[in-house]
Amino acid sequence: MSDLHTELKQSIIQQLNLEDMEVSEIENDEHLFGDGLGLDSIDALELIVLLEKDYGIKLTDPNQGKEIFNSINSMADFIEKNRIR
Amino acid sequence: MKGVAVTGMGIISSIGVNLEESFNSLQSGKDGISFPEILPTSYKNLLVGEIKLNNAELSEILDLPKTHSYTRAALLGTHAIKELLNNSKYDQFPEDTGFISGTSIGGIDMTEKHFYDFSENAEYQKYIQAQHPGFTTEKIAEYFDLSGTVTTISTACSSAANAIMMGARMIQSRKLKRVIVGGSDCLTKFTLNGFNSLKILSPQKSKPFDHNRDGLNLGEAAGYLLLEAEAVIRDKPVLGRVSGYGNANDAFHQTASSENGEGAYQAISKALNKAGISASEIDYINAHGTGTKNNDLSESVALKRIFGDNVPDFSSTKGFTGHTLGAAGAIEAIFSLLSIQKENMFPNLNFNAEMYETGLIPVSKLQNKQIGTVLSNSFGFGGNCTSLIFQKDG
Amino acid sequence: MGKIYINGISSISPQSESIFETENPKQYKENILSAVELDFKSLIKPVMLRRMSKAVKMALFCSKQALLEAKIEMPDAILVGTGQGCMKDTEKFMTHMLESEEGLLSPTSFIQSTHNTVAGQIALDLKCKGHNMTFSQNAVSFESALLDAILQLEEEHVKNILVGGVDEISNEFTGFQKLDGQIKSDNINNIDLYASKTSGTIISESAAFFSITSKKTPESFTELKDVEIINSMAASELNAKIENFLERNNIKITEIDAVILGKNGDSRFDHYYDTLQNGMFSEKCQLGFKHLVGDNNSVSSYALFLASKILKENKIPEIFKLNTLNCDNPRNILIYNQYLGKNHGLILIQSL
Repeated sequence: MSDLHTELKQSIIQQLNLEDMEVSEIENDEHLFGDGLGLDSIDALELIVLLEKDYGIKLTDPNQGKEIFNSINSMADFIEKNRIR
Repeated sequence: MKGVAVTGMGIISSIGVNLEESFNSLQSGKDGISFPEILPTSYKNLLVGEIKLNNAELSEILDLPKTHSYTRAALLGTHAIKELLNNSKYDQFPEDTGFISGTSIGGIDMTEKHFYDFSENAEYQKYIQAQHPGFTTEKIAEYFDLSGTVTTISTACSSAANAIMMGARMIQSRKLKRVIVGGSDCLTKFTLNGFNSLKILSPQKSKPFDHNRDGLNLGEAAGYLLLEAEAVIRDKPVLGRVSGYGNANDAFHQTASSENGEGAYQAISKALNKAGISASEIDYINAHGTGTKNNDLSESVALKRIFGDNVPDFSSTKGFTGHTLGAAGAIEAIFSLLSIQKENMFPNLNFNAEMYETGLIPVSKLQNKQIGTVLSNSFGFGGNCTSLIFQKDG
Repeated sequence: MGKIYINGISSISPQSESIFETENPKQYKENILSAVELDFKSLIKPVMLRRMSKAVKMALFCSKQALLEAKIEMPDAILVGTGQGCMKDTEKFMTHMLESEEGLLSPTSFIQSTHNTVAGQIALDLKCKGHNMTFSQNAVSFESALLDAILQLEEEHVKNILVGGVDEISNEFTGFQKLDGQIKSDNINNIDLYASKTSGTIISESAAFFSITSKKTPESFTELKDVEIINSMAASELNAKIENFLERNNIKITEIDAVILGKNGDSRFDHYYDTLQNGMFSEKCQLGFKHLVGDNNSVSSYALFLASKILKENKIPEIFKLNTLNCDNPRNILIYNQYLGKNHGLILIQSL
């Protein structure tokens, strides 16, 4: 697991107020939305803000989020390819 | 069921500072959408329905002392009710007149303006209370010496429609003989930035019910109706009747509407039931139609569920005024009543192509039609859905 | 107006519910009082809880408790009175917006800031699609919700309603109330509130919710008789207004057993209450509550909670008494509240 994976998990826990969760409880390939972590569309918007704030990636179409935010792995992949910061 | 009489109206929005100007704009297809000049936002590129009168100008029109503490929403509300009063047979409202006002954020324009001033400058501390919606309502009430039943409904975009509904109920229940109902909301950085963070603002003029719609434009406005009980109408002209109303909750998501438009469906059903009419008696619908992907689809689905293959003529007037949030239900009630009076259906602006999912086509050009019954929808955050039915008197 | 029965009640405030038995209230030496923290997780799922402000947590918790007591699973309508809504979220979004000069902003606190978030979240949790309304009219926010409740219960298909009041505190916005004199400038002990001769009061957060029905059930224990709101009036008009209100409900002043007054230690406006204490109700049991739970826009919901509990248990705890007159077997209780000389509210309840 890379630093980015851990960093993402920490950010998600903080940004989405998942107070009682530990980094170790989120699997890299676990679905973030629907079954799995159970995040919703408001969380999706928060993750879009996170992408821009922490990694300088601007998502103009919120619908792109569906694939990118599938799991920690898919998020990390996307960030590695597109990050500005 | 006859419905509660509307004996007065007053309005101000980006398409006109009074009823006459508003009607002229609606008839000539002239929208009030522009770039913000008065709102001190850095988003100069976001289109809004801004009323081109700043607070100083509004204060002067209303003859307020320099030391007043009226929020912009209070100034707009007072302006609209002043027109209502001027058009009525009253010099001042009778003592037992109630006042129910809807607003989403009330006086928060002053909170954001003076947030950093409050601790430094005693002069601005009079606006500290403006943070809660009731303060704005009270300022308006004060202007007209309304001292009895005064309250504020704050249910986001359905606030004013709910105020009209409650006022009608109070009259039918004989709790009040007359009541001023409606709503007021002004543009604020708070809401502009808020809607922007939700990514539902359009970078261009909004296209309600269009397949390529991409969001809404925010607007500001105030609109009020005077509702009166039969016993006190006497020889006043009745401008129309509030004959049906209903509120339901989508209970699906905090901001998004459900796919099957359940909340909307239930609100419309309740309104029809209250009016004692069937769906086929609706001549025209003033839709909520904000121009967002989500609302317009959800509302269309609800309309199809209610009306089947016979969805009546409908249009959203938000292309004219922008989405005026807590005031929307009231200004659109006034547009609905004007539709009845003037036998006009106002166009759904910026429409080019119908949604693939529903194939529904709104009225996109001004049309003449004898209209006896109008359905007006207002759906807000928190799943709050309200529908009102207005009918011609007689 | 048909009969209205109260069947379930619940409240969260700066005091524990146990003060009714122990008569040992918490004492605060500051002028901004937080509500006690409860184990919200026991009734609300963590995945929902994470986004909720204190106002939503308190309201949802009280709602569920009230419905449980009333043995009702699904209300036909949800009505909420909240003067300032989810103030913490409003403040959070506001401060971020101002500090970042309209920069990149996270949407959650904006979404949570609309005043009807409380009523909306309750509906979401219970999956209740019925009539849902939020009133934000300063000190009569809760009374306005009660007025709507009365109207709703006149509808045939509305048989039971969940109605309540809630308000929370937040750092900056509540802090501003010190600057304009709403909050007393010197810290006092809440118990000494009525002895204070200065202007301003002590501000708090609280919630109280009620499950009410149009038909009596085995759980019913009091009857809500009537509610009235008056935006402004001089203290000299108060007597006539109250007489009118009682006459409308076929109750004589002599039949009122106890009055609960929203006296809040503000030397500028407590004279409204003094008028009643020294006049119309001088021979009656007089009760106060703001010395225990502070003041806020919907705190009259706590007053109704107190009144309901008194009638349910047929007992008036000493800690609420403003005078020494006693009252055995109270039957009719009148609640009167106002804030800054405006937004006057009257609530009348009666035992079964």
